[in-house]
Amino acid sequence: MEKDFTLIKGDGYGVLHMRNIGKYVLLIVLVAICIALSMTTPRFFTIQNLMIIVTQVSINALLAFGVTFVIITGGIDLSIGSIVAVTGVVAASFAHADTYPVIVPIGVGLLAGLLFGAFNGFVVTRTKVPPFIVTLGTMTIGRGLALILSKGRPISNLSDSFNFIGGGKVLGVPTLIIILVVFFGICTVILKKTVIGRYMYAVGGNEQAAKASGIQLSKVKMVVYTLCGGLAALAGILLTSRITTGQPNAGAGFELDAIAAAIIGGTSTSGGAGTMIGTLLGALLIGVISNGLDLLNVTSYYQQVVMGVIIIGAVVLNSLKQPSN
Amino acid sequence: MTKPRSFLINIRYADAVMASPQDYILQVRGLTKLFAGVVALDNVQLNVRMGEVHALMGENGAGKSTLMKLLIGLLKPDSGEISFDGNDLTTSHVRDVIRQGISMIHQEMLVVPELTVAQNIFLGREANGKLFSWLNDRNLTEQAAQLLKQMGVNIRPDTQMKYLSVAQMQMVEIAKAISNNAKVIIMDEPTSALSDKEVAMLFSIIIDLKKKGVAIIYISHKMEEIFTIADTITVLRDGKYIATKPAAEFDIHTLITMMVGREIDTLFPISTIQPGKEVLSVRQLSRKGKFSDINFDVHEGEVLGIAGLMGAGRTEIACAIYGLDPADGGELYIKGEKVVINAPQDAIQHGIGYVSEDRKQFGFIPRLSVRENITLASLPKYAKGLLVQAKSESEVADAMMADLRIKASSSNQPVVQLSGGNQQKVVIGKILLSSPSLIILDEPTRGIDIGAKAEIYKLINQLKEAGTAIILISSELPELLGLSDRILVVSQGKQTAVLLAKEATQETIMHYAMEP
Repeated sequence: MEKDFTLIKGDGYGVLHMRNIGKYVLLIVLVAICIALSMTTPRFFTIQNLMIIVTQVSINALLAFGVTFVIITGGIDLSIGSIVAVTGVVAASFAHADTYPVIVPIGVGLLAGLLFGAFNGFVVTRTKVPPFIVTLGTMTIGRGLALILSKGRPISNLSDSFNFIGGGKVLGVPTLIIILVVFFGICTVILKKTVIGRYMYAVGGNEQAAKASGIQLSKVKMVVYTLCGGLAALAGILLTSRITTGQPNAGAGFELDAIAAAIIGGTSTSGGAGTMIGTLLGALLIGVISNGLDLLNVTSYYQQVVMGVIIIGAVVLNSLKQPSN
Repeated sequence: MTKPRSFLINIRYADAVMASPQDYILQVRGLTKLFAGVVALDNVQLNVRMGEVHALMGENGAGKSTLMKLLIGLLKPDSGEISFDGNDLTTSHVRDVIRQGISMIHQEMLVVPELTVAQNIFLGREANGKLFSWLNDRNLTEQAAQLLKQMGVNIRPDTQMKYLSVAQMQMVEIAKAISNNAKVIIMDEPTSALSDKEVAMLFSIIIDLKKKGVAIIYISHKMEEIFTIADTITVLRDGKYIATKPAAEFDIHTLITMMVGREIDTLFPISTIQPGKEVLSVRQLSRKGKFSDINFDVHEGEVLGIAGLMGAGRTEIACAIYGLDPADGGELYIKGEKVVINAPQDAIQHGIGYVSEDRKQFGFIPRLSVRENITLASLPKYAKGLLVQAKSESEVADAMMADLRIKASSSNQPVVQLSGGNQQKVVIGKILLSSPSLIILDEPTRGIDIGAKAEIYKLINQLKEAGTAIILISSELPELLGLSDRILVVSQGKQTAVLLAKEATQETIMHYAMEP
């Protein structure tokens, strides 16, 4: 009897198991909405429209991946929208035509985001101030920095090669989609296949247990906030490239969409649970619904109401999945 | 070389053999720890030999947990030293302590619910805990499967921790400690959630470990366990070292005296009061799937004990009377009048108070002060309009603190900082403030040390003398026999006997409790 431990995975989407059924709910909902939209509007289910959706979703999804790491550890990062602006402005200042090679604005932008994230991590781990407050503060600081660095004006006239990274196509596929797929893979692997990923779940699932197991909480949190800052920087650079302008006001409110995607995707706001595929599906659901409502000529006012209902509904659904004692 | 001198050397050598440092795998000297200026541990020593079970005894608040947290590196001492296997561990981080070979089974069950059993067992030690390296979950799961099989535990290593029972989690914690190849394993109340069968399993694991030279530091409130398994006993009291002796040189009486620092001659107070008028009558009370056809009366100044095995329906009956999980059949009469109780408000209105077995979850609000907790249920009494009258609230709380002898720095101290016994008194104080005519006490002394138990017993007796009717649910038969007037025995949701406590014995109670 003890011998037949069939090693099915306790998590992930690979194996059908009664306990995992709940994890498919989001996928089923997404597919159902797609089918419903395909039947109501012929413009929905076309390669072109689907590519538009994924392209539109990609920046939110990258931010959501970063914030998923943070929420899994039991934290939160409200500053990512501002990091988008800061890093976008920083990258744009190095991306004028005929100045530096394209690697420079990318490198400097990423570095700025990583530093910003590391600063969040530093304050969160060195003080007892809750992450919500810390990142609420750095959200405002970041917005201010973006306005200072750009002197409050958009930075345009960027090089073609810079504008390509977020706005180009490779073999007919938008670069944003390619980057999204690559970083989805990287983030999934970090979360599921590395020691630091395991520690994120442990720290968020039971901080005391993690501590007693010898895990250095502050190191894990530093890594997580830095990683989140880095992904926000990537989103900032891509957005700047896509709109061919460094906008100090870019990214305002993006943090809420990213957090919404993570939560719809099943990330537990109290920490310890969440997956990248869930977050990706959450971001896609948001994208599909707003695209679909656009196609159905529903005004954006109603769209916001619908989105709010979906966020609450997703959390209710997740709470139903939890085992009761 | 002169003769006297060599004689001297010989004596010293003999001394050295008797207490040779090499014998000890773990040595603690002069350990002191202050919390915000308050001495929690004062110049404590502890010497543990390889292959022994070393029991650490003391009341709650004696400093056992602080000492263990210092050993494992979760706290840093203010002075003193810890040496382990020739290494100085005084200021080491938990991670290094674990790596050196000290494991700890934590009382408060430190597990990560969303991770699997295997992931929990190896948490912090995957790939030597290097943050940036790959995981091999398949490997970990296989190792965990093997380990659990060796222990004779039938738990799937790939199950998420949240799906396990508390006892299973406890076994996983034990597996985790063993898997570390530790030379010293600290077990803090390892059996609190285990059944007799699992305790036997744990003890055979401990004996195996001893044979391999592993030392166990064992903390438990259960005396029988200590005398079954311990080789050596160290007693702490009020943060101070009292004594270390072989277990064979102790008996229960001397051990308790040493722990408490005073003689506890009569644990159970003697009551002379005769039960008065009927307060509660229960007729044919039923709740589907939990219990059925329960009939009993409780009178003023009477303690009715309820005995039964785990899951027999004791707590469920209490919850039905208090309206937490209302009954679906039968009748309740308060002082002769039929009442319907569908929610706790109904019960409170009829003068019923309930002290839950799970005081952490239902009993008190940890961060609120003693005063705020005591007055929580009767706050409107101390308010004028919308405003709480601070003065009358404080007076009432201070009076209750004095009555119940609650040990706290002041009534403003948060309840979370008190010992288990004092937390329980706060909960009881809260109930008493609403002056109920019937109090249901569900396992009121669980996890409480012996000195505080004696005080709770005294308190129950005072309530009884004051004419309160009491329903006492307890798993400790001596407690039921010592305090109750009559004992209702339940088995599998059915009432099997109502015994007069004077005539009952532990054997008769167990006989009825096991009756199918």
